[in-house]
Amino acid sequence: MIKIVDMGMNHKTAPVELRELVAFGRHNIDEVMNSIRGIKTVKEFIVLSTCNRVEILFTTDMEKEAKESLIEFLSHVSGIKREKLGQTLYIYDNQEAIRHIFRVGASLDSMIVGEPQILGQVKDAYRIATEHKSSSAILNRLMHRTFSLAKKIRTETDISGSAVSISFAAVELGKKIFGDLQGKKVLLIGAGEMAELAARYLLNNRTAQILVTNRTFSRAVELADHFRGKAISFDEIDDQLLEADIVITSTASPEPIISLSQVKKTMRGRKNRPLFFIDIAVPRNVEPKVNGIENVFVYDIDDLRGIVEINISKRKGEAVKAERMVDEEVIKFSKWLKTLDIVPTIVALQDKCEKIRQIELKKTLSSLEDLTPEQRKGVEDLTTSITKKILNDPIFFLKRKEGRTSRNLYLDVARRLFHLEPNNEEKNPK
Amino acid sequence: MDIVFFKLTLLLYLIATAGFLLFIIKKDKKVGYWSHRILFAGFILNSIYLALGYYKLGAVPVLNLKGSLSFFSWTILAAYIVLQVKFRITVLGSFVVPFSAFLMMISSTIPISAITVRPIFKSFWLPLHVATSFLGDGIFAIAFIAGVMYLIQEHQIKSKRLGAFYSRLPSLNILDSLNYHAISYGFVLLTIGMITGSIMAQGAHGSYWRWDPKEVWSLITWLCYAALLHQRMAAGWRGRRSALMSIGCFFILIFTFIGVNFLMEGYHSFKSLEGN
Repeated sequence: MIKIVDMGMNHKTAPVELRELVAFGRHNIDEVMNSIRGIKTVKEFIVLSTCNRVEILFTTDMEKEAKESLIEFLSHVSGIKREKLGQTLYIYDNQEAIRHIFRVGASLDSMIVGEPQILGQVKDAYRIATEHKSSSAILNRLMHRTFSLAKKIRTETDISGSAVSISFAAVELGKKIFGDLQGKKVLLIGAGEMAELAARYLLNNRTAQILVTNRTFSRAVELADHFRGKAISFDEIDDQLLEADIVITSTASPEPIISLSQVKKTMRGRKNRPLFFIDIAVPRNVEPKVNGIENVFVYDIDDLRGIVEINISKRKGEAVKAERMVDEEVIKFSKWLKTLDIVPTIVALQDKCEKIRQIELKKTLSSLEDLTPEQRKGVEDLTTSITKKILNDPIFFLKRKEGRTSRNLYLDVARRLFHLEPNNEEKNPK
Repeated sequence: MDIVFFKLTLLLYLIATAGFLLFIIKKDKKVGYWSHRILFAGFILNSIYLALGYYKLGAVPVLNLKGSLSFFSWTILAAYIVLQVKFRITVLGSFVVPFSAFLMMISSTIPISAITVRPIFKSFWLPLHVATSFLGDGIFAIAFIAGVMYLIQEHQIKSKRLGAFYSRLPSLNILDSLNYHAISYGFVLLTIGMITGSIMAQGAHGSYWRWDPKEVWSLITWLCYAALLHQRMAAGWRGRRSALMSIGCFFILIFTFIGVNFLMEGYHSFKSLEGN
């Protein structure tokens, strides 16, 4: 009986020092794929390697030997001793392996749950596997289910819905105020890590220009160069407030540098075009009352933190929903996997034909009432021998595939061609 | 025959309403897509129903409350469909379609009454007067809804409690722009509606302006929207203030539309229109 196994390590089981020893990159992935192909007990396989995880997903008939060889291989590649490697590796079989890869694809196993990159990385891993022809009927289907499940989870739950970092939350707010950030002007007052990060996010959203000002002008020039923006002096803030749309403040000033009356005056000059202050400084650089002015929005660091915290807990709630969807999909896939066996497929095929024969026979005989018993018998025998003859070749073909690598592929095709549902034989097990 | 179309329209609007409500809860694009399809089918049936009504009556079928409400519902959706071409905000449907369906529901509960069509209702100007006035009302309804949506979203952002609506509603800028566009188009249509109305009045009653309550209240409504547009363009009003005022204007408009016809005597009152 074929088994699906997932062997790997991630950010929870292994520290980065170990992960980077095992990690495969573009430079050696071909080599790795070829080496694993050399392990005869491993049938189909996919290798996924990101900065947070290394996974080898494979199918095998000889579970124990295959696992042994792969651990051996990993130890050889990474130079980590087998015992140490054994402590950090997890090995999932069948249902658990299926569940694990579904969870990885849906970003439920990620360090930041719901982060969107992982799906692309899984897709890349699958592409590499198809290029090396190391994935076939079972893993192909498993991966396709993984992708569509991940997509479904992303659209039907809010798992990647809301920002879980402060700068990203700020950008999202900007989008809800201005719609499109394209062409918006950003004014950076003061410099700091978080302010820079927020500015970079904004630039990624194709804002038009970044203006930078700082008490020490040289630092402003430095930063402006960095963002390909323009440095302005501290005295110009008033003028620039008329032009800017998003203002990020992060100076160490003990007093607010943006005052209520100043912004009120500015808004008249701006003809009430919206103005968004992101105040990352502690103590605050923007007077809190400024938020009360129409079309002005002020978010300080605590506001942003509050949003992020709520979003994180929301994601956790959504993850529960997602896990349930994973469970459903695991059951479906396991069912399909079980049908990939010669005997139940042949039985299902025969059942289906017999059922069709019975139904059609009944129809015909009911319209031919004046047949003699012998004639009746003749018609019945005729139908039986036709169905048998038709099934003869496909059954023979499938039996001949037993033990071959292409077996699963043909079983799957046969099931699809004749539309044999996985549930059929559960109803009448023979 | 036409009652079948009416019932089918109402049914499709109710299904679309359920769809749009499901859409705003689930945020599932497919649900939004199909809700639009169903709404559109309902809109076509609604159009057929109105055309049949016009044909049977020989005059615009808005001479009683039943007909008025159903036509109002049609114009709101017409405005919605046209504005959707530019704005493409599916979630707008979650607000507009229930509102429209609600009007149809009320219309459906009003019994059908016989109407005597007086000769002046066969005037060339009447369809023009009715179509432009009602379409203007429909677009103002969209402006009203955009205003409400703006206030909800603004409240979420200002109060820093980003609730369920925050992610579902579009940005403030888009809502404000929708509000502005709707008011401008609505204003033009309302103006044309009033001009054609007075031309018709000249033909029927011999004077352009007779201080009829409907005329007076229409003028008040028109002045309110004119003031709002002026403030927007000249004084740079936008956002909250504009949204609030468009909501206020809409309440006056609703009074002009329905209240006047019921509460006040005049040639626009349904009593007089029905000719009974």
